[in-house]
Formats: sequence, C-alpha cells, structure tokens
Amino acid sequence: MSHAALSSRILLTVQGGLSSVLKPAGPVAGQELKIIAGSLILTMIVVVPVIVLFGFILWRYRDKQDNPARYDPEWSESKVLEIAWWGIPIVIIGILGAYTAKVTYALTRPPVTDVKPMTIDVTSLDWKWLFEYPDQGVATVNELVIPVGVPVAFDLTADGPMNSFWIPSLGGQEYAMPGMVMRLWLEASRPGVYYGHAANFTGQQFAGMQFKVVATSRAAFSEWVRQLKQVDHPLTVTLYSQLRQPSEIGVQLYSSYPRDLFAEVVWREGGQYMVDSMPSLGSTHVSVSPVMVNAMNQ
Amino acid sequence: MPAWFRDFADHYLMWNEGYLIWISDILILLVSLGIVFTLTYLKKWKWLWKEWLTTVDHKKIGIMYLICALLMFFRGGVDALLLRTQLALPGEHFLSAEHYDQIFTTHGTIMILFMAMPFMFALFNVAVPLQIGARDVAFPYLNALSFWLFFFGALLFNLSFVFGGSPDAGWTSYPPLTENAFDPGPGENFYLLGIQISGIGSIATGINFLVTILKMRAPGMTLMKMPLFSWSVLASCIIIIFAFPALAVALGLLMMDRLFGAHFFTMYHGGDPMMFVNLFWVWGHPEVYIVVLPAYGVYSEVIATFARKRIFGYTSMVISLMLIAVISYFVWAHHFFTMGAGADVNTFFAIATMAVGIPTGVKAFNWLFTMFRGRIQFKLPMLWALAAIPAFAIGGATGVMLATAPGDYQYHNSYFLVAHFHQMLIGAVVFGYLAGMYYWWPKMFGFKLDERLGKIAFWLFNIGFYVGFMPMYFLGLNGMQRRMYTYPSDMGWGTLNFVATIGAYLMGLGFLFIVAQVLYSIRYGERDITGDAWDGRTLEWSIPSPAPAYNFAVIPTIHDRDAWWELKQRGEADAYKTRREDVHDIHMPKPSGRPFLAGVGFFFAGMGFVFEWRWLAVLGLLGVVACLISRALDDEEEYEMKADDIIETEAKLGRLI
Repeated sequence: MSHAALSSRILLTVQGGLSSVLKPAGPVAGQELKIIAGSLILTMIVVVPVIVLFGFILWRYRDKQDNPARYDPEWSESKVLEIAWWGIPIVIIGILGAYTAKVTYALTRPPVTDVKPMTIDVTSLDWKWLFEYPDQGVATVNELVIPVGVPVAFDLTADGPMNSFWIPSLGGQEYAMPGMVMRLWLEASRPGVYYGHAANFTGQQFAGMQFKVVATSRAAFSEWVRQLKQVDHPLTVTLYSQLRQPSEIGVQLYSSYPRDLFAEVVWREGGQYMVDSMPSLGSTHVSVSPVMVNAMNQ
Repeated sequence: MPAWFRDFADHYLMWNEGYLIWISDILILLVSLGIVFTLTYLKKWKWLWKEWLTTVDHKKIGIMYLICALLMFFRGGVDALLLRTQLALPGEHFLSAEHYDQIFTTHGTIMILFMAMPFMFALFNVAVPLQIGARDVAFPYLNALSFWLFFFGALLFNLSFVFGGSPDAGWTSYPPLTENAFDPGPGENFYLLGIQISGIGSIATGINFLVTILKMRAPGMTLMKMPLFSWSVLASCIIIIFAFPALAVALGLLMMDRLFGAHFFTMYHGGDPMMFVNLFWVWGHPEVYIVVLPAYGVYSEVIATFARKRIFGYTSMVISLMLIAVISYFVWAHHFFTMGAGADVNTFFAIATMAVGIPTGVKAFNWLFTMFRGRIQFKLPMLWALAAIPAFAIGGATGVMLATAPGDYQYHNSYFLVAHFHQMLIGAVVFGYLAGMYYWWPKMFGFKLDERLGKIAFWLFNIGFYVGFMPMYFLGLNGMQRRMYTYPSDMGWGTLNFVATIGAYLMGLGFLFIVAQVLYSIRYGERDITGDAWDGRTLEWSIPSPAPAYNFAVIPTIHDRDAWWELKQRGEADAYKTRREDVHDIHMPKPSGRPFLAGVGFFFAGMGFVFEWRWLAVLGLLGVVACLISRALDDEEEYEMKADDIIETEAKLGRLI
C-alpha cells in the first residue's frame, strides 16, 4: 500500500477544523485554557476600574473655565487609598500565583492515570519533524498519528538548532534542544486532525515546518501501525543522514527504524557532556555504537 | 566587468540580491552626497566639528542622541512595514524567506538597542542635569565617548544592510542557530560587534548618570525632594550597571565561538547553548525595565504638570520604582518556561514576574489620582502620557497572563507574545519617550512643536497601534507563530493579518506627520521666550530655553519637591534669577575630538572582526589605545569661563537682577 493511501485511509475517519488554543481537544489544553481564562478574569479586576476611572477623571477634571469640579492642587497623600492599591493587587497575585503553582506541577505528570501511557520520541531536524514510536517500532516524518484517550509522553530533542514543539489544540509547547531530552505530556480526548508546528525559529524554511496531528480511535491506531509495518520501507542510518540535511520534504512513513537512533542523536549532539544532568539518558547511552555515530556523521 | 569587481559586488555589495539593495545603495549615495555638498556649500564643516563632533555638553549630546533615535525609528519602522506587507495576505512572495528573516532581526535589534536606548539617553542628557541643578554630568568626556560608541556601533550594524549582509537569526540570536555551522557569513558578526560596541557606551552612561544623580544635586535637594524623572533614571542606571555586563559577556563568548573556534555555546566539546539563553535574558528582561522606568518618570512629570497638581503618593512612586528595579533581576527565566527547567524553577519565576505587576499597578493608580481633583490640559506631551495608561493597562494584564507558566506554554513564541511586548514597548515606552520629547523640546530648541500636526500624528499613531496589535493576540491564540515569513491560506489567519497590516501603515503615517510637524515647527513653531513653556514645576523650567552652556550661572538652593512651582506660587520666582555678586568663574570641560576618534577606531576594529580582516581589527584597536594614551597624558581638560562673560550672557537673557 502506498504512503498516501495509508494516510488518507485514516484521515477519512476523522474531521479537521481550525486549530485554536480556545478550542481545546485534550485535557492539557483544557487545563491551560482554564488558567488563561482565570488569569484574564483576575487581571480584569484591576484593569477595568483603571480604564473606567481614567475616562471619568479625564472628563470630570478637564481644564475648562466653568468646570465646577473641585480643584485641590496640594492634595497628594491618602493612606487609605494607597493601602487599597498596594493591597488588592497583592491579594490577586497571591491567588493567581497559588493557582499557577498548582497547574505547573500538575502538567509534569500524565493527564490521566488510569490508562497506560505511550511514548513518542520527537526529533526536530532542518526543516522537518521525525516521530519515532518506540512501543510500536514505526516512525514518521511530518505526520503524527496518536490514539484518542491515551496520554502521550513526547520526548523531545533536536538534531540542529533548538526548536519548539507545539500543537495548540492539544496543549502548550516544549523546546526540542540538541543534546537534551525534554518531556511533554499531551493527550487528545476527541478524534480530529490538528495543526502542529515548529514554534521556535530555526532558519530559512522554518515557516514550512508544520505537521499534521491525526488523533484517531485506539483500534484505528493499531490498525494503522499494523499496516505500516507491512510496508517495506525502513528508516535506515543512511536514510537518516539524508534527513539530517537541510531540506523540506513532505510526509514520510517508515515501517521500522534503528532502535537506538534517538539515544544516539541525543548522545552525539551534546548529551555525552551532560550525562549527570540528564538521568534519563544514563540508561540508554551505554548502547551507543561508534559504528552508527560514524555512519551518521558521513 | 573585471572578475574581482564582480566578486566584490556579489559578495560584499550583494548586487545579486535584487532591487531593494540597489534602491538603498542609490539612496544612501544620494543622501551622503547631499550632506557633503550642503556642508561644503554652507561652509559648515568647521562648525560641525567644533560645535557637535567634539562637544562634551550634555545638552548637545542629548540632541545628537535624539536625532539618531528618530532616524533609527524610521529605519526600524520601514522594516516593520516590509514585514507587515509580506504578512498582509497568505502565501505572499513580496519578500523571500531569507530577506524576511534578516528584516525581523534588524527590526527587533534596531528598535530596542538603536532606537529605544538612544531615545532614552537623549532624555537623560537633556533633562537630568537641568532637573537636579547641575552644570553638566559627572563625567562629560565619558558622556561624549558613550555617544560616539553608540553612534559607531549603530552605524556598523546598519551597514550590514548594504555591505556584507544582515544578521538573520532573530534579535535574540540563540545558538546553536547562530554558530558558524548553521549561520556562516558576516551577518551575525555585525550583530555581535555592533551591539557590543554600543553596549560599552551604555554601561558608561549608566555609571555616569548614577554618579551625576547621587553626587551633583543642587544644595537642599535631598533624594526625597528629587523629581521623579531623575528617580526613574537612577533606578534605570542601577539596572544598566548590573544587566549590561551580562550581555557583553554573552556577545563576547559567542563572538569567540564564531571567530576563534571556541565552544562556549556549541553542542560539541561541552558547549551549552542554554548558557547563552540564560545570559541573554539576564540582560534582556532587566533591559525592558531599563527602558520603561524612565518612561514612567516622564509620565510622573508630565501628568503632574498638565494636571496642575502635585504628584500623588510620591513616596509610593519612589518605592515602586526601586522595587521594580530589584525584582527585574528575578524574572529572566520567564522567557523560557518552555525549556524544561522544571516546575520548581517555573513556579518561582512565574510568581516573581507577577509580582512586578504590583508596583506597576500602584504607579497607574497614583497617576490617575494625580489627575483627580486637578485641572487637566490636553497638550501634546499630556496626550501621549494619557494614551499610555490604557495601553499599559491592557499590556500589563496580558503580561500577568503570560507570567502564568502553564498559560505561557500556549503563548510562547506566538503572536500573543508579539502583541504583548509591542503593546508594552510602544504603549509604555515609546509613548513615554514621545511625551518626553514634546515636553522637553522647547527646553532643547527654544520653540514648541506644532499642536495641530502633532494631534493628527497622535491619533493616527494611536488608532494604528490598536488596529495593528489587538488582532495579534487572537492570531496567537489561533496558533500563529512569530517569525514565519508566510502562512498557508487554510489556517484562517488572513483577515486578522490584513487588519494588523492596516494598523501598521496607520502608525507609519503617524510617524510621517511627526516628521512634518518637526519640519514645520522649525520655521513656524511657537517660540518659547520665558524658558517655562508649560508653567512647569521643576528646576529645568527656571532657566532659559535653550539653556546656556553652563546651565546655572548660580546653583540654586532647593526647599521643596516642586521647587520651581512652589516659588512661583509664593511669588518669589526672582529668587532663581542671577545676582551679579553671586557669579563666579566656572570650570568647564574642554571639547575634545578624542571620543569621536575613539569611536572611529572602534568602528574599524568592528569591521575587522566582522569580516575577519585581522589587520584592520588590530589597526582599529591601536587607534583606540592611542586615544586612551593621549587622554591620559592630557593635563588641560578644563577651561575657565570668566564671571564677566557669564554676567554678560545672563544680562542678555534678561536674568540679571
């Protein structure tokens, strides 16, 4: 089966639409929208009175001959008023700060705990995204297929300039940096096609660095993996070194990939100097083979 | 065409890049010829050298900063219009990706470092010594050196547009994108050297004004009687002194990576790109407060003057300025909540960032209550100050929203962020500087700027400001990232982008009206013969406009916070006039060509580093060293201005009693 046919088969079952932070399609984006709305309301407690007072004062105290409003050029102190506008913002920031702390910690954990999470290793390349599915053994470029209702741990790195991985409908972004692995939890709660993009400037073809996110049922996802595995199109080390070259390519699907590829890339791009600060890498770097590093460097 | 010329034209003059370069080349050539011709025709070369290039007078240095800032405002503005034109419609090909990247890089860099900074230094120079009753700044020679370092740094940076190629990795210049592997060529070097050279000048200015304010206030002016603008400059200088060295280090290390094969920020050999990001923002966020605090100072002066009332809550105003200055060091990581620092770090920086909102909110309420029970006159300086309040309320609110780390995961690098920082940097900073420019213009030049043209400019710019930036908040929430040179039509971003572009053009039109206003007013503007154009409150309004070279023939003694206003209220304004017997000889700093020549030295050294022409770098630096030695051996850096001459000048100004 051709790549196009394989993609379109899944696409048929789900609908697209405009992506927006305001229309969350998953629990992470939902939580983030809540804090966006909450902070908007809290700040408006100060902003609205400021703007209303501003209009009122400008009108009432304008410099007109017969303006009857009181003119008191020496009046410049009021303990009560000053305590009010030092105090009220402190309370507001206190509330918002506590709420922010709570959500910040919550987002470091999987959004739901009763479903077994899956992992996807993401590599930002010039100018394309490589997605590796360690649990399924398949890989894709510029197209991400995920099952609905399963928390996904995205482990992010870059083989090139630092980038940022963003799917507005599913939740906020995280940087993909060379030599490091960063984790972002996301989950789709309803099927759909969502927009994903590079969010941090990476050079000339940055604008074209978008990817399609297809969230589909678990059954359809398993079927997609099964069919992809049957296509004889492995991502080899040689193919990867071609992917590393600056270029724009469309969607690619791979039936398999070298299992250590992700760890190799992280290791080679600087991870080898940071083992202490990255416990997650400690277990994987052992398997890195010099042969593979050489092959990729060519 | 000889091969070497073809090579030169393609490599350095970039003539293969198309018509934008050719037009710029022709324009630059014409303008330069025009300037040379005019100066020669009017026999003004000597005047230029004696009165301006060698001056150490803070008032003239202030004017030179202002001229440069307005020119850079124009350049940065044209950049902005090019960007907005490219983004007006989806899938446009007005600019190539490469050119778009260069233009957003130069737009950001120029607006922050070569527009906002010199505009701010212009106001420092023009107002601070006069406001605190000083004859000059603490180190006038250093002040001139600061200016010329800024000037030649800016010149070097701008040269990249027509010679060698512009930087194209964003004004934030994150490695590894800015390392040789991804970004060869001189463009990024221009960025590093241009900012480095002018940055040295900025640090010196910070020191200069800190010392000036702490040591040179007129007798009786205790710190708590000092005008709020001077307070804001003090706060800003403290931040400059602690923040700018971090930038100098970041740029210096990246330069070593690029030019000498070091590995501070590379991925290999133990380099760490994150280190640059940290150093950059350790400077970068305080920088925001460096530029915004003096604008707050302007609002405090302008609002009190035009509401004809004492500033409300002076003590709170001072405390909030200093609090912002201190907190500004503890917020830098909010620029990279999304870089995996972890929940502990993010929570700390989120709350610290929100905390800045508290003193800032206090200032807004105090300005409002300064006007409460006042009499508000809607003159140009006041209009700009007033316009800042709503802009700043909205921009401040979105700032607090951005500070919520989880929310920032969705805002980061999106147009929401772009909208926010433009709203602050224009609405709070540029509006403040324009208010300051209108306010002190009569003090600088002796005439007011035309109200009618100014009001047209004001409304065009303000309407354009909201039309231009409000849609960007929604573009960001709809997923549009910053720095994309084009976008597909099926994203639904077309309409909002088109509206934003209209706003940008309205602002551009507003700027043209300001230019027209200045040109018109040079000829027809209302002359200020009293020295007190706005019925002001502080010392600078007690002396003639423009102030004489020595500022104060006799240093005044201060008794009140609004010293000049209180005297006028009591009918004792004559107390600040000059009595013949009080006038003595004054030590004045001598003009010197060395700061200018040292700047030239730095410029050529910079060129040498940019193109890796080591011989030129060495020559330029030798020039700088020669200037330093010659200064060290110079024993006659001051001259005596005779009391009789001063009395004569004062008599002519009608100030002798």
